[in-house]
Amino acid sequence: MSEYIADRNDDDSSEDSGSYEEWIPSFCARFGHEYYCQIPSEFLEDDFNMTALALEVPLYRQALDLILDLEAVSDDEAEHGENGQPEVSRSLVEHAAEQLYGLAHARYVLTRPGLQALAEKFDRRAFGTCPRYHCGGMQLLPCGLSDTLGRQPVRLYCACCGDLYVPAQARHAQLDGCFWGTSLPGVFLQHFPELGEYVGKRPVQSYSLRVFGFGVNERAVSGARMAWLRQRPSTEEEWEEYAKCEYEMPTEVS
Amino acid sequence: MEDNMDGMTDSSDYVEMWIDLFLGRKGSEYFCDIDPDYITDRFNLINLQKTVPKFTQVIQYIVDELDETVLESMSHSRLEQLENDARKLYGLIHARYIITIKGLQKMLQKYRDADFGRCPRVFCNSQPLLPVGLHDVPGIDSVRLYCPACEDLYNPKSSRHSTIDGAYFGTSFPGMFLQAFPEIVPRHPTKTYVPKIFGFELHKQAQLARWQELQRLKLQKSLEAKNVDFSKNGGYK
Repeated sequence: MSEYIADRNDDDSSEDSGSYEEWIPSFCARFGHEYYCQIPSEFLEDDFNMTALALEVPLYRQALDLILDLEAVSDDEAEHGENGQPEVSRSLVEHAAEQLYGLAHARYVLTRPGLQALAEKFDRRAFGTCPRYHCGGMQLLPCGLSDTLGRQPVRLYCACCGDLYVPAQARHAQLDGCFWGTSLPGVFLQHFPELGEYVGKRPVQSYSLRVFGFGVNERAVSGARMAWLRQRPSTEEEWEEYAKCEYEMPTEVS
Repeated sequence: MEDNMDGMTDSSDYVEMWIDLFLGRKGSEYFCDIDPDYITDRFNLINLQKTVPKFTQVIQYIVDELDETVLESMSHSRLEQLENDARKLYGLIHARYIITIKGLQKMLQKYRDADFGRCPRVFCNSQPLLPVGLHDVPGIDSVRLYCPACEDLYNPKSSRHSTIDGAYFGTSFPGMFLQAFPEIVPRHPTKTYVPKIFGFELHKQAQLARWQELQRLKLQKSLEAKNVDFSKNGGYK
């Protein structure tokens, strides 16, 4: 098992090589990694939680050991390593570790402690606030549009308008969406029903174009076409109609 | 940059125009340049006289016609005051200028360059935005951004833009702009997001999405009865 113990080349990249740095905290503290939660090592050590991840990530064992800081710490030990591994493999393992951590992260944030950790970040507005004016600075939740590696970057879900937004900072816009997963906003809403209640109590506001105080005619090219997007049922008639939409779209459009 | 500064050739020593200095400042990206002719035409300034003290001086300062000796005799705090007044007055004139034919053309170029940013909504596909104020009176609220695709209002991404007064763009600008250039009105995206858990939609959100889709179809049906073509600009994707 000790063959793959690579030399810790990243020691010279981190300035204070004197103090030993744990991988998970340093990974989460990196610039642009503000969206990640710290996964407790117990979660990662449980093979059940990591089921089938070995198929998705190359160099699975090495990557996991890197994440859990299980590899050789001292430099001289690495020098004695039988097959002094080239630097390339070191960066490959680092890359694999990032992917593995991300995929495990998507699973962790759906667990009870994960949701709790996420809720703390949510309260601190770590994922930013909704850019929509009428949402009044509602906190956002990260969300993936695909559960497969390398398909879709991370998006942000606003529970108030129920819409998806691109992260404001460019450094977040390129994070892989599958590291949060497609189920996260749904599970979060189910786990914290008070969020839904809070959003439900908010007044529904919308904007329509005005020119010198006059509205634009609906038949104009620039007339309102998107009011439905932010609409909520309000009148009795609309609630009736809403009830009809419970399982399917009503076939006749009146 | 220095080479194509017209209008400064008459002064012997190198002086940059106030308007160009102002537009070159970080945070002034949303503003377009106003013709000095427009600023000096008193007709365009009706009702603005009371917004700043020493109105005439401020106007002269904006168009660089204020006497050097007057400027030199001013105290530091007075100069600062003058600069602030000039920015405010420029903003208020700007709100009027951008709904004139020339101003709309300049804003069209800025819109095409996406100077006002792009819509953060995922389904709007980076639609360029338009600045809008929610009040025509200065000092109430800052500038917001209107997305012609989802027809909603967004806050500017950068804090240096979120401090600009909304009155410097006015409440009528996007409406006038889209009336003047109907060809740039985009087709509206109809895709919406419903949270899913392991592929299954959340019931409440899915029901709302169905109801909203129903509202959209009803709108489309009623407008099609009034001969609105939904396959052209302003229709649905």
